[in-house]
Parts: sequence; C-alpha cells; structure tokens
Amino acid sequence: MDTGKLGTHISQQFEEELEDVSSSVMTMGGLVEEQLKNALKALSDIDAELANVVVENDYKVNAMEVAIDEECTQILARRQPAASDLRLVIAVIKTITDLERIGDEAERVGRMAMHFAEAGGESKMLVGILHLGELVSTMLHGALDAFARLDTEAAVAVAQSDIKADREYESIMRELITYMMEDPRTIPNIVDIMWSARALERIGDRSRNICEYVIYLVKGKDVRHTKLTEGE
Amino acid sequence: MSDANTQKTPLTHAINMDALNRDESTVETENADIAITVDDLNLFYAEKQALHGIKMEIPRKRVTAFIGPSGCGKSTLLRCFNRMNDLVDNVRIEGSIVLGEDDIYAKGVNVADLRRRVGMVFQKPNPFPKSIFENVAYGMRILGIKDKRKITESVEKSLRSAALWDEVKDRLQDNAMGLSGGQQQRLVIARAVAIEPEVLLLDEPASALDPISTLKIEELIYELKDKYTIVIVTHNMQQAARVSDYTAFMYMGELIEHDSTNKLFTNPEKKQTEDYITGRYG
Repeated sequence: MDTGKLGTHISQQFEEELEDVSSSVMTMGGLVEEQLKNALKALSDIDAELANVVVENDYKVNAMEVAIDEECTQILARRQPAASDLRLVIAVIKTITDLERIGDEAERVGRMAMHFAEAGGESKMLVGILHLGELVSTMLHGALDAFARLDTEAAVAVAQSDIKADREYESIMRELITYMMEDPRTIPNIVDIMWSARALERIGDRSRNICEYVIYLVKGKDVRHTKLTEGE
Repeated sequence: MSDANTQKTPLTHAINMDALNRDESTVETENADIAITVDDLNLFYAEKQALHGIKMEIPRKRVTAFIGPSGCGKSTLLRCFNRMNDLVDNVRIEGSIVLGEDDIYAKGVNVADLRRRVGMVFQKPNPFPKSIFENVAYGMRILGIKDKRKITESVEKSLRSAALWDEVKDRLQDNAMGLSGGQQQRLVIARAVAIEPEVLLLDEPASALDPISTLKIEELIYELKDKYTIVIVTHNMQQAARVSDYTAFMYMGELIEHDSTNKLFTNPEKKQTEDYITGRYG
C-alpha cells in the first residue's frame, strides 16, 4: 500500500508485514463487497440458489477477520509499531471488525432473499430497498477505496453520504407501512424486507466507520462522534 | 424520492476538510511549571557546531526524554544542564539555560553548587570502590554534614527511594563493587538523590542492563518524578515511550520536535520524527 510521503522501513521484513496486512484488508473488503453484491442480486432476481451461496460463504469473511487479527497481534507484539505504523495496525483491527459485521448484514439480506423467494413475494415491494442497496454498495466501495488510497477527502465525502442512506431507509419504512395498511396479508413479507432494509442501513453506518478510521490513519485525528463526518 | 432530500443537504465537505487540516498542535508544556528554560543555545566543539539554536522548556517534576540518532547532540545538551561540558577542551557555549531563576552560565556561578542541584547518572554504573553505605553517604560528607544519625537516616531513605534497600540492608558495609550491574546503577541513583537535587539527569541509564534490571530502573524513574525533574537520554525509543511524559527528538544538533510523549509516538508533527520513530530511511 502507498505509505504516502514516508520512506521505507530499514527493516524490509517489517515493511512487508505491514504491506501484507493492508492488502489482506483489501482482499477481505473485496470478499465482503462480493457478498453484498450477490445478496442484492439474489434479492432482485428472487434467486434462492444465489442467496444460499451468500449465506454459505459468510464463514470465509469470518475466517479472514480472525486471520488478520492474528497478523495484527503479531505485529504489535514483535514490532511495537509507532506513529503512522501504529495507526495503521489500529485502523486495520477496527476496519476488519466492521467488515465482518457488514458480511453478517449481507448474510442476513441473503437469508431474507431465500425467504422471500420461497414465500413468492412481489418484486414491486423491492424497489426502494434495492435502491438503498445500491447506495450502501457505493459507500462500501468508496470506503475501501479511500482506505486503499489513504484519501481523506474521499473518506469524508463517503462518510457524509451516509445521511442519504439514512433518509432512504426512512422513506422505505414509510412506504412499507403503506403497503401493510393496504393489505395485511403482505405483512410477513414486508417484515422480512424491513429487516433487510435495516441491515443495509447498518452497512451504510459501518462503511462510514471505516471512513473515520481512514481519517484517523492518515491524519491521526479521531473524528468519531464529531460533526466532521456528519452531513450537516 | 431521495433526490429531493439530497438537494436539501449539499455535501459541503470542503469546509469540513479545513477543520480536518487545521493544526491543533499546542505545546502542552506552556501551562506547566517550568524547571529549566533553554534559550537559543549554540554549542561549539572548537570549530564544529554541535548544538544549533536550541530553545526548549523542561517541565518540573516530569520526565523528559531526549531521543535521536548517535551524534545528534542529545547527550551534549544533557551535559549542558550541569555544565559537564566545561570539562571538555575548546567548548564554547552561547545562549542561556535558566534553572529555576538562575542562569547557570552566568558569571560567578558556583559549578559545584550547580551540580548539587542537578545530579547526573551515566550509562555505566560508576560506584566508588567503597562500602554501599559510604557510596550513598559520600555526597553528604562532602557537604560537611557530620550528624551520624542524619546521615544514616538519609542513606536508608535514599536506598529506599532507589528501590534498593531491601536487597542491601543486611550488607551495607560490603563493597559496592560486589553488587550486580542493575543494583550498582540503582546505588548510583541513590547516591544522586541523597543530596536532594532539583533535577536528575540520566544519560542512557539502562543501556548496559538486562531487561529486568531495565524495568526496575524504569519503575524507579516513574516513582522519582514525584520529587524530581528528570531528563533522560535514551537510544531505546520504547523506553522513552514507556517512562517519559515529554519527548524531544533531536537530529544533527537541532531540536526537531518536542511534545507530549503520547502525541509524539502516535501522531508526530514532523516527517523527520515520524521516519525516526518508525524506523524508516529519512
């Protein structure tokens, strides 16, 4: 990964370990993106088989989290990293926790897609949630991209776009409530969709967290719970 | 449906980037009680300038660590604080160092008196070839203290504060050279604190010691800062991170960065500092 303006370590091995761990994060991020993409595709195509693949692949994400955690623990124990190296390791540990949870949310959407397919749900109920899905997929991609390029400006922009996801979520809720009031027989399906919408909204929040770690990594400033990454 | 909402909240991240880039670095020493003030200090060994315009304030009853590569001037600067450099030929010093209220390079300063106020411990333990008791009592005898009870009490107190008392209380009359390296170093620290200095200078105090003795010295430093202003030079960056409240990074005779240790080791301001503490090529 690009270490910006800094030179390379005197210890080549340490340099490689840090590069390894950040490229592992990218690999894990790619896997999680793939999971989310498939979950959303399974939902829009009402494809129970693909949904099942998503559910079955979640273990891969979990395994990567454990492996990267182990790598980070070893770096902390053996290298005692300082300054930007320390911030990298901390940012990685936090990022993979959020990625793993995003993986869980994608799995949840996958399960819901299976349900929905089996129950023979109508695709017109899915318009809003698929749009939300696109929005948070873009956020996740943007967050990972900002991490790879250590781009704080992009990180701030992505973090701020979470407000769009939140609004979208609220409007889906209103829409779904209308459906339920119109026809109570849709309630079981709608409840599933609500759970998925909630899962997607959480993916937006967690992508935003990753952006905050990028800012911490690059600037050394903790911007969690500040106005900085909020939309307004 | 979301488009209408988006328009209401323009993503004005340009403003927020300013907040992110704002330099919030404040030298925390500003409000602290200052023990030593160094102003525009230049030091020359004959023609060669070893320290360039050093300006810094060392807070009282805190641990300040000097780090930097060999030859960066950190030991030279440390030795300025009790005028140990006076012993080197062809040394010329400009600028001022103020200890409390007194300029220590002013005319008519009693150097022996200064060194009583500013004690020093070196890399290699250097106990006198005398008994453990006499090593600690030595400073008081030089000061002309004759009261036996007072000396005995003070020896015990000093050995206790150097965390050595329990190990040596039954053999105070044994020769100090028989102690282990770590014990000798703590004895030397006991000898330094016996005359109750204001400042304690430690020049690589643990670099000749094993890891356990090193930890004991570090623990001791932590306890001593309640009473003394401590300045420590160390090659071991992790040691600086462990024991100090403030860290000063020096390079080629210049003070590059001086900040709280927490800040310096997690988010240094200067690239040179970052390169050094993370072990990179500059």
